Parts: sequence; C-alpha cells; structure tokens
Amino acid sequence: LPASELTKYCLTFLGHEVLMFEALREAMIEEMTLDPTVCMIGEDVGDYGGSYKVSKGLSEMFGDLRVLDTPIAENSFTGMGIGAAMKGLRPVVEGMNMGFLLLAYNQISNNCGMLPYTSGGQFKIPIVIRGPGGVGRQLGAEHSQRLESYFQSIPGIQMVACSTPYNAKGLLKAAIRSDNPVVLFEHVLLYNLKEKIPDEEYICCLEEAEMVRPGSQLTILTYSRMRYHVMQAVKTLVNKGYDPEVIDIRSLKPFDLHTIGNSIKKTHRVLIVEECMRTGGIGASLRSAIIDNFWDELDARPVCLSSQDVPTPYAATLEDATVVQPAQIVAAVEEICQS
Amino acid sequence: MQAVTREEALELYEDMILGRNFEDMCAQMYYRGKMFGFVHLYNGQEAVSTGFIKQLNQPDCVVSTYRDHVHALSKGVPARAVMAELFGKATGCCRGQGGSMHMFSEPHNLLGGFAFIGEGIPVATGAAFAAKYRHEVLKQSSPDGLDVTLAFFGDGTCNNGQFFECLNMAQLWKLPIIFVVENNLWAIGMSHLRSTSDPEIWKKGPAFGMPGVHVDGMDVLKVREVAKEAIDRARRGEGPTLVECETYRFRGHSLADPDELRRPDEKSHYAARDPITSLKKYIIEQNLASEAELKNIEKKIDDVVEEAVEFADASPLPPRSQLLENVFADPKGFGIGPDGKYRCEDPKFTQGTAQV
Repeated sequence: LPASELTKYCLTFLGHEVLMFEALREAMIEEMTLDPTVCMIGEDVGDYGGSYKVSKGLSEMFGDLRVLDTPIAENSFTGMGIGAAMKGLRPVVEGMNMGFLLLAYNQISNNCGMLPYTSGGQFKIPIVIRGPGGVGRQLGAEHSQRLESYFQSIPGIQMVACSTPYNAKGLLKAAIRSDNPVVLFEHVLLYNLKEKIPDEEYICCLEEAEMVRPGSQLTILTYSRMRYHVMQAVKTLVNKGYDPEVIDIRSLKPFDLHTIGNSIKKTHRVLIVEECMRTGGIGASLRSAIIDNFWDELDARPVCLSSQDVPTPYAATLEDATVVQPAQIVAAVEEICQS
Repeated sequence: MQAVTREEALELYEDMILGRNFEDMCAQMYYRGKMFGFVHLYNGQEAVSTGFIKQLNQPDCVVSTYRDHVHALSKGVPARAVMAELFGKATGCCRGQGGSMHMFSEPHNLLGGFAFIGEGIPVATGAAFAAKYRHEVLKQSSPDGLDVTLAFFGDGTCNNGQFFECLNMAQLWKLPIIFVVENNLWAIGMSHLRSTSDPEIWKKGPAFGMPGVHVDGMDVLKVREVAKEAIDRARRGEGPTLVECETYRFRGHSLADPDELRRPDEKSHYAARDPITSLKKYIIEQNLASEAELKNIEKKIDDVVEEAVEFADASPLPPRSQLLENVFADPKGFGIGPDGKYRCEDPKFTQGTAQV
C-alpha cells in the first residue's frame, strides 16, 4: 500500500463534519479504492446500504461482488470471509448486530483465531469483523450484548472499540490494513455522533489508547459508549474540584499498558468504567493486568464499574439500572479519592 | 467408462498405494508411541482422494477434515513433511503446531485440516469466492478457467448447518467449488441411516439448485470420471456440484476407536471392493502394466514412507521459543503505527500485554 502522508492527531482547521456512520463509510470507501482486494461481506450491506448506513452507496460504487449481500448464515459467511482472506482477499465482515456473531463463534474462535498458528504461520487472515454491539435503547436482551467479553480469550485475534467519528475512521482503516484478524466493536447508540475530522488521510494505531482528558488525581479507564457517561460524570467532578485523567483504552486486546501504566504511575488510583457485565468482562481482565503490572504504583484498590450480570431488560427503568450511570461514576471517584 | 492411459493409471495406482502405506505406517507409529492424540486413518477411501485430487492443478485448493493425511499426500505435500508433523517435530508442514487434524500447506493450496466437522466447508466456500473474485474483480484470468476448490467431508457433516448454508451460497453465487461427500456410512459409532432422515445425500444438491451425483467411491476410475466433469463445470463458471461417494473406512474412526459396532459382513463386503485391488486388477487385465511394474511402484512407495519415518525420527522437536510465534501474522511484532506502516517489534505482543 502506498504510505500516506499521515497526520498529527490534532484536528485541522479545515476538515469536515461527519456522523460516526459516515466516518466508517469514508474509511471503507478509501480503503476499497486504494486496494482492490478489500471487500465487504454481510447481511444487507449491499442494496440496503447497511442497517446502520455504513455501506450506503457502496455497492453502486464497487459492485455486487465487492459489497456482498449474504443470506442469513453468520457462521458460514464469516467462515467464507476467512477462506477468502487465506486466499489473498481482505474482507470486512459485518455483523448486523455483534450479538449475531455468536452464531459465528465456531469460525471466529477456531479458524480466525487459530489458523495462522495451526498452519505454522503459512496462512494469514487479514479479516476485519465489525458491527454494533452494546446496550441500546430498549432493544431487548439479545440485541444488547457485549461480545468483547466473550471473544477476548480467543488467542490470535485483536480487538478494538471505537468511540468517536475520528477514531472510528482511523481504526477501521488500520484494521483493514493489518494482516491480523481484527474485531472492531462499534456501539448501537454512537452512530449519530457528530465530529469534525481531517480532510487528509489519517490512521489510528490499533494498539494505542487515547488520552481524552489529562489529569493528576486518578485514572479513569473506559471505552466505547461509557466514555460519554464518564465525561458527563467528569463535568460534575471538575465542578467539585476533582482532577481525573480519562483514557479511552480503545485497544481491548492487547491492552495499551504503556499509556495506562504511565497514567497510573502519575495518579496512583484507577477506576475502570465498562459496559461489559461484572463477570468476565474486559474490565475484569484489565483490572487483573493492572494488578499484575502496576501493583507497587497503586495507593488504592483498583475499582471496576461494570454492568449488572443480567440479560438486559426491555423496560427503560430496568435497562438504565443495568449499565453504569454518571452518578455512580461520580460516587466511585469520590470514594477512591477519599480512601 | 472413459479410457485411462497407462501413465494415468500408474499415477493413480501410485497415489493410492502411497495413501494406504502411509496410513498403515501411521498406525504402526502410533502404537509405538511416536504419534499421539486423535489420529484418523483413511484406509479404504483412497479412490476418492486420488480420483479427485489428481485432476487438480497447483492453484486449485483442497479443504479437508481431520481425516486429512491422504488428501495432503494426493495434493503433493511431501510424505516426510506430513510424517514429521504427525510426530510433532519442527520440520512438520505446520512446524509441529497443527498435528494430525490440522494439515496445511500454502504452496500446495491445502487449506486444512479441521477438527470440528463442517467448519472447513465455509473456508472452502471462501477460497472459491476468492477464485471468482480474482477473475471478476481483479481481472486475473487463467486459460484453464477459474481455480477450483474441493471440500471433502463425511456423511455426518451432511446433517450440519454449515453444510446447508454453504450449498446455498455456493449455488447462489455460482462458486467454483465441489462438495465431495465421503459417505462411509459411519460417524464414529453413529450409523448414517440412524441419523439422517433422507440418507441419499446426493439428492440434497438439486434441493439447492445444483447437480447432485452419486458415485461408487471404491472405484477410482468412476470417481475420476465424475470428478473431471464436476471440475470442468466449475472451471467454466457453471457453479458447484455435490458429489456423494459411497466409500468405506477399513479401520475404526480413529486409532482410539475399538470399532465394535460395525458388522463383520459389512466390513468384508467393502474389503472385497478394495479400490487398490480393483485398480490393480484393471491395470493387469487391460495390459496397461505388468505385475512386476506394479510391484516396483509398491517398493518405491515403501521406500518413500520409510524415508519419511526416518526423517521424522531424526528431526528436532520444536524449541520452547517457538511457542508464541505465528499467533499473529507478524510473528514478532504487530500493528499499524500512525504512519500507516507496521510498528516496530514487540516480543510480548502474543502475551496480550505488550507495551506499545
């Protein structure tokens, strides 16, 4: 691929405003234009333009074979993407909802994760698996899942979560260019976020965390939608005189322990805010990694705020109670800072 | 029956002898403690592997199941590489990391080797999709037509969802794939007739709009004829074919299977139809070669298999340092940096706690 002139992370004075789904779409168009082996596979990605409009217009631009509308057969079309990747293509497989990819678990775990290894390095699988997950607005339990916690143990895959139009575009481009299988987690509620992004081409590093708000008092680690609950809580906290450092970890596997570690060495206190359930989530693994690596730096127990271990209920009041809300984040910060 | 030339007949014979002798050697080595785990032998089914795979060119792909040693050999993977892999040595085709059920060879376009039944079929469908994509999108054409993919699997797999999902997609997009069912009537101890509402598997092809063919899988010449037609169809872009090969495994499901459920009269019925014996008889009756020539081939193959064992024995075991290699595409590092290029190496990448 031609090395593009890449960018400074600050937004340029020019630039254009996009919604999150448009940013993802731009990434797809740019990469599919640059590299004819990049293609898209998924349900309703072609004629329908994608359930969340990420591939709107793409099949007209690139044709029916490059933007492939599949029958409803997640396991098989994900496996098809894997076979195609082994034979030189760079597919982007869309799960209409990440939850549907539970049906593709066989292929994602056994083939995506394992084939480069069991083949002794003979085959690589440059596939991107992306789609929206997370708790939405009363979508019901099955459409509100957090697949990142189920996939995280699979050796051989990389996982990233985007949270802004800027990092969505940058991460998707990087994921497509990576020779590793990358799972990109989008969030159902974030597709209409608006942001100004650079006109010039840019890429985000897949393994790097994003500094959202530098601070000195404690480190808040979060990702995806919870970033916004955290920032809402931060407004309240700042008014109360606190100075939290907020990091969007972005890379769910592997963790960017360099950025995270530097922060902990500065603040000595950690709060993790995640949308995964309490048991076995990303937060659980992250807390474990922090204790392993930065125990001596900690002045307080690392706290992890997670969702309740319940299937997400339909009723709004109950649904609100399953995920972490800003008020809980404020309370947790206050408690950590006072201990 | 189309005529087969002397060269072709001898090639078929040699390939089947290689398959048979290799598998017999595997059994010996297993019981001598040189080979471990689950080993599934192909004895009796050689006509299917030879009949199909010998029609392929190098760019064509083969996807198999755990019963994959002979598919690997037919596709051209050297016997020593397969044996070394089975012994778990670093010189194995997968560096000892795959084992019996995960044979891969990129230069021979052998895309696995899969332990869970059915999970290779979508991969084969993807390889066929890539062949069509190369032709239509990348405009890379070969005078032979589309590259073909063969997916081998058993009767048990034909009740699995992935089978049906892929029949649908392959026909929908007219992919250059042939679904080769090795119906040996048994899925470990589950008889095909006890597990399948309509046991005639070839009929499931037309249900999806593709031709379904039933062939005597113990007769390599018949398999070869059916294979040739299906492969030509696929190369011309006319789409997939479902071929049901009636075949039989002479040994148990794996070397751990006591094989007590199958009746002796069933076993002897198929033993009488041994594909190697049949072809030998045919070659001699048709005066394509003499007994002595065939004996020479058998001797030659004996040597090949012996050499493979010696090579595997002499090869080193993989060192500890190999453990974390190949988990990711870039064995030492990972990822794309801000400049769009690969980042510098980080040996801890595969531990999941890399310092970036």
